[in-house]
Amino acid sequence: MSSDETNAGADRMAGAEPVPGSAKSDPILVADGVRRSFGGLTAVDVEHLEVQRGTITALIGPNGAGKSTLFNLLTGFDRVDGGRWTFQGGAINGRPGHKVARAGMVRTFQLTKALTRMTVLDNMLLGAPGQFGERMAGAFLRPVWQGQERENTRRALDLLERFKLVDKRDDMAGSLSGGQRKLLEMARSLMTDPTMIMLDEPMAGVNPALVQSLLGHITSLRDEGKTVLFVEHDMDVIMGISDWIVVLAQGRVIAEGRPSDIRSDQQVIDAYLGAQVETAEARGSGDD
Amino acid sequence: MDILSILAESTRSALGPIAAIYALAAVGLNFHFGYTGLLNFGQVGFMLVGAYGVGVSVAVFDLPLLAGFGVGLLCALVLALLLGVPTLRLRADYLAITTIAAAEVLRLVYRAGFAEPLTGGVYGLQNLASDFRTLNPFDGGTRYGVGALAYNGNHMWVLVVTWGLVALTVGLTWMLMHSPWGRVIKGVREDEEAVRSLGKNVFAYKMQALVLGGLIGAMAGCMLAVYQASIQPDQFKPQVTFFLWVILLLGGAGRVFGPVLGAMAFWFLMTFTDGVLKGFGSMGWLPFLSGPDYGAIQLAFVGLLLVLLIVFRPQGIIGDRKEMLINVK
Repeated sequence: MSSDETNAGADRMAGAEPVPGSAKSDPILVADGVRRSFGGLTAVDVEHLEVQRGTITALIGPNGAGKSTLFNLLTGFDRVDGGRWTFQGGAINGRPGHKVARAGMVRTFQLTKALTRMTVLDNMLLGAPGQFGERMAGAFLRPVWQGQERENTRRALDLLERFKLVDKRDDMAGSLSGGQRKLLEMARSLMTDPTMIMLDEPMAGVNPALVQSLLGHITSLRDEGKTVLFVEHDMDVIMGISDWIVVLAQGRVIAEGRPSDIRSDQQVIDAYLGAQVETAEARGSGDD
Repeated sequence: MDILSILAESTRSALGPIAAIYALAAVGLNFHFGYTGLLNFGQVGFMLVGAYGVGVSVAVFDLPLLAGFGVGLLCALVLALLLGVPTLRLRADYLAITTIAAAEVLRLVYRAGFAEPLTGGVYGLQNLASDFRTLNPFDGGTRYGVGALAYNGNHMWVLVVTWGLVALTVGLTWMLMHSPWGRVIKGVREDEEAVRSLGKNVFAYKMQALVLGGLIGAMAGCMLAVYQASIQPDQFKPQVTFFLWVILLLGGAGRVFGPVLGAMAFWFLMTFTDGVLKGFGSMGWLPFLSGPDYGAIQLAFVGLLLVLLIVFRPQGIIGDRKEMLINVK
């Protein structure tokens, strides 16, 4: 495990200071002054955040810290109050979700969005970018899009093979188990050929056996050179696979660093882990 | 009561011009609801602008019929854009509210006094079919067909053209829904956020579906004007939209042939119940009821049939029950 942790991702984090808003050597995503409030409540107020290319970065924080809101803002699924962010050097703030996805930043959802009354294969094919047959007029020119369709189907089957869903290709996505849907959603997002993948709680509601396989898939994405940013609650998971951790509390970045830095960061323990430690202590004293 | 003649009359109605016109409008609604998941409760509004496109062009401006069709379709395009631009970015319910209101507003405006110079107000427009009849290859005086299934030449011509348009739009549906475009459309029905996250412009797809289904609805309106040779605004009450929904659900939403089978079955049942009620009445079995009550009982009976259908066959005549119930666990 320790040899695994000195992987390409961890190497890429070398030299990064474990302080909020720290500069990275090769950031793929740079956000400045991102703000979003709901009524009087400020859900997100991130001054500066950089995500290093080719790493697995985890976004953690207590409930209501603004993780999902930040996710929605960055991917164009929510309207921002202020701020700008660039992806691969180009500004993408204010762009609608589908344009962000086309730029190469694809996301998944906390509540899995499998297209239930479509087959697994159709789910996959929907992810393929630049399809001529998806234009209304182009739809009538079957000979023109048939070749592209065959190529996309081949790619989809390869991915389904990798995610062990290939036997299910003709089943309705709605007949899959919760964990399989998570796998399908991840595989489908890969059909868009993204450079960065944003996973919103990929392990939520997945049985422990599948968690291991999902983790394997996430690390292999990083090893292929893709950047992964994910929101997660399970501390073991986060400490195990993240190259870098960003801690949000009350919408702000309160800490950043490698797993070892975060584990020993007093502010994080106070804000987040502290709550758990305290309850554990309380429970312990109760037992006495 | 002659059950055979009632059955023959019902079959005649199932294949008749009205069934064809409703089938056409339901094909449009199938694009909206069956495939894209758009709740359009104002399909009759598209029929209205189509019918009046023909009516006003032909009766008021003396334009050729084809120009009337063009105007009708153009009006439907404008209506679809007016309905879609403000609502398709919002949740599905907003389109539902907007369409049902817009269709009623259209009917009230077209029948209003100030609109009379153009639309004929409550009296509507007449003499709309002369162009159509000059094109008629059939002889208007002869009856075509066998026995009860015979139609006069003019109706035969309407039948051929309308069922032809139904065949054409059904073919169009099949081609579109078996293409990557159709896949995106079905994806939008399942979960538009997911489709957006895969880089598809969901708004544009919803708009395309709304326009396409609206145009087909307008075509049905055009054929209604041609068939009746006259139109009145009060034919376009919300009831028509609900008949279309019944037809779509009866046949099977999201199925290529669903609207066609639904329209046939619906008009068969309507005529059949009407015939049976009249038969009972003439035999004195319905002592407390008079002629005008039959219409209400007929609708109640159709309603009952529908309730039974929803309970025992929610997927419609040709729907896939397994697929239908996949989200109901």
